[in-house]
Amino acid sequence: MKRTLWYLIPLAFFIGLVAFFAVGLQRDPRLVPSPLINHSAANFTLPQLHAPAKTFSPADLKGQVWLLNVWASWCVSCREEHPILLKFSRNHVVPLIGLDYKDQPSDALKWVGNYGDPYTLTAVDLDGRVGIDYGVYGVPETYVIDKMGVIRYKQIGPVTQEALDNTILPLIAELKK
Amino acid sequence: MKRLFILMALLLPLSLYANEARPLADDEAVEQRLIKIAEEMRCLVCQNESLAGSHADLAEDLRREIRVQIRAGKSDAEVMDFMVTRYGDFVRYRPPVKPTTWLLWFGPFVLLVLAVGALAFMLRRRNHLSPDIPLTDQQKQNAEALLRDKS
Repeated sequence: MKRTLWYLIPLAFFIGLVAFFAVGLQRDPRLVPSPLINHSAANFTLPQLHAPAKTFSPADLKGQVWLLNVWASWCVSCREEHPILLKFSRNHVVPLIGLDYKDQPSDALKWVGNYGDPYTLTAVDLDGRVGIDYGVYGVPETYVIDKMGVIRYKQIGPVTQEALDNTILPLIAELKK
Repeated sequence: MKRLFILMALLLPLSLYANEARPLADDEAVEQRLIKIAEEMRCLVCQNESLAGSHADLAEDLRREIRVQIRAGKSDAEVMDFMVTRYGDFVRYRPPVKPTTWLLWFGPFVLLVLAVGALAFMLRRRNHLSPDIPLTDQQKQNAEALLRDKS
């Protein structure tokens, strides 16, 4: 009896290894956790899409919970999350700021003209420099920023109804308290 | 007014000197450092390429940003820091040694020590399991006969 137990050790070891790999291989390598969570959102000043003479800066929204959605007219999966964002903005939960990333303002205007504009306002990041400060590596990306201007959550890829209902909305409700 | 125009017209050729070719060495030094730094970094868009070798749009932007920082006199470590604070340790091809990566760095050595320990333990146990059995007289004679034949 004792002898067979000894032989089971390598088997147990092997099963452990398989379990390790099974979990590891099922993770999406494209989801790189952002180190910016729980850090202050970088400040910037950028012209607004609809009023280029006016600027937007995250400091304007101090004291409010808000969402920063990075999008572009050339971004295909932005179309995917668009209806969800439109519905979200109709409820006026919190300001939804767009960051038009590496995009021509004329194209961006056409895009929101065609598909609807969910954004409270959109800032134009023509050369993508602000995107670098937010660690943007794929559009769309969405950041939840709290009253103190700290990034609390980052959605990489399109905002899904599931992510909105299960993660983003509860987080907003908590942060608004 | 007219005189001013004439004066300006006369001064015009002065500003038309061809610019001296920009010394390549200066830029080359920046470029060399850029490549050295960027080869240590992973491109986030196409994850199996280094930042130095990637043609992704973001990689180009990031190389431009690194170039700016090199020109601003930042050290390699500062540039690396800049990238890591934005994109996390994932951008580095060489993960840093810190508590969350101890398993990664030292795990194989721990396994090695455990394996060698287990092996030593088993060998010693096997020695105990097979005690010396003295040969019978018959066996001794057989063995001696065999040895004699050989020589």
